[in-house]
Amino acid sequence: MSSPTRTRRRPDTVDPIPWWLKVVGGLVIAFFILPTLFVIPMSFSSATTFQFPPPGFSWRLYENFFTNPIWLDSLGNSFLVASLTAVLATTIGTAAAVSLSRMDNRAARLVRTVLMVPIVSPAIVVAVAVYISFLGWRLTGTVTGYVLAHTAIAVPYVLVSVTGALGGFDQRLLKASASLGASPLTSFVRVTMPLISRGVLTGAIFAFIVSFDEVVIALFLRSPLFQTMPVQMYNSVTVEIDPTISAASSLMVVAVTIIFILPQLLRGRAGRRQEPRP
Amino acid sequence: MSSNKIRWSSWLPLVPALALLAGILLVPLGKTFIRSVSNPGLTLANYEHLFTDGVTMTVLGRTALTAATVTIAALVLGYPYAYLMTRVSPRTRGILLVVVLIPFWTSVMARNFAWIIILQDGGPVQSAFALLGFDDVVLYGTNAGVTIAMTQVMLPFMVLPLFSTLGSIDRKLLLAARGLGSSPTAAFWKVFWPLSRGGVMAGVMLVFTLSLGFYVTPALLGSPQQSLVAQLLAQRTTLLLDFAAAGALGMVVLVITLVLVVWANRVGGTVSAIGVVATSQPKDR
Repeated sequence: MSSPTRTRRRPDTVDPIPWWLKVVGGLVIAFFILPTLFVIPMSFSSATTFQFPPPGFSWRLYENFFTNPIWLDSLGNSFLVASLTAVLATTIGTAAAVSLSRMDNRAARLVRTVLMVPIVSPAIVVAVAVYISFLGWRLTGTVTGYVLAHTAIAVPYVLVSVTGALGGFDQRLLKASASLGASPLTSFVRVTMPLISRGVLTGAIFAFIVSFDEVVIALFLRSPLFQTMPVQMYNSVTVEIDPTISAASSLMVVAVTIIFILPQLLRGRAGRRQEPRP
Repeated sequence: MSSNKIRWSSWLPLVPALALLAGILLVPLGKTFIRSVSNPGLTLANYEHLFTDGVTMTVLGRTALTAATVTIAALVLGYPYAYLMTRVSPRTRGILLVVVLIPFWTSVMARNFAWIIILQDGGPVQSAFALLGFDDVVLYGTNAGVTIAMTQVMLPFMVLPLFSTLGSIDRKLLLAARGLGSSPTAAFWKVFWPLSRGGVMAGVMLVFTLSLGFYVTPALLGSPQQSLVAQLLAQRTTLLLDFAAAGALGMVVLVITLVLVVWANRVGGTVSAIGVVATSQPKDR
């Protein structure tokens, strides 16, 4: 890391980056990356406990993950809840972001702040309140209950992401479209949507991940018949001492890394595609 | 006339978002509050109990102490890192930014499970301490272990506000101070640090506030004897089924958090900062 900066940036010899700063930077990078990597060797362990280092190599944990109905069902449930949440949160959040972008007054700013409340509220407080209410509404342990609760916490992410995409949006385009006879809906579909599509897609991915990875609310809404994968992972540490969690963790780490890199690649390609245009 | 019509219809797309927020968050929280002050007549007994039960105040104090430790650790690690980000080439900066966001987007359960492996009895941290001559250092089940794991995931919330503040400071001021005979250390503390205080304040408030509500990390890595406020809240809800007492505690935690958020908003725009951090995407260029 040090050599390219030193060779490429001559002016730095006047005002060099101190060596100890690079050491601290390296330590922080290690602190960010290394801990999570421990789950990968663990996932090939032949042990029946969380023993580290693993005593031997085995595919047994992956085999168990992909054949044990408890793990497979919870994985399927997570996909179902996260997909529905992504669709619902993206629709609701995009509608809110687009209409808020057309207003610039105190009321709009207040609404924007209020819509961010789910992000700043402690998850445990929300989970407890939602749990008690859902008990009364018979929504605990139901797909509807999970999707509604997850959508409420995912909407802010869509809102931020779409609002960011709308930052460079010229509102005069809508006036032009309206003056040419387009209805508001046509204008939205033909003018607004194509310009903010990347922000919407990013928001949908965030909403999916937020739901797929959500533990606290899911722990309270779980029932013996319906639970998501993070809850099964939680059980496998607290109740069952089931090392299959390391296979599940490794798959999650790899999956989220891919999903996280996907928007970058899309952004890069879309950017390249747009460049030749006048 | 027609402008009124436009205004009304432009609010319409906000209805689903606000309805969902009201139904899932505001109504349950409102009911929680009402339950916490009624027995069924109006009462503050549930809140009085929080002060007199001998447990809640201890746990709240421990939670605040843990959050403060996490905040200080994140500042000590995050400040040099954010400063380094402002000094390197744009390409390296892009890499450093991706690295910051890794713990944030790593699966919560995978990350906590990794910390269990590392900190457990017989795990790599214990082995490393044993090599240094300290036997029997097991951080699993201690508040120290919880603090380390929380610091890792809270660091992005310190680094990103700091990065935007430090990046806007004119470094020529430092060179000018040096040119006028100041030592590097004095130049930093007299020139750079005061200019960075806005970012420090924003990061500190953000990390402290978010640290107060941690549940999964202390539940998995800490010990029940050293529980934090989120564990107490969960325990009173699911084990004791004392919804009124749990509600009172939940309200206290929520009010403390929201007061801090509003205060932080005055100093550094925290609500939007959380959104920005949460949805930040590394840019390679």
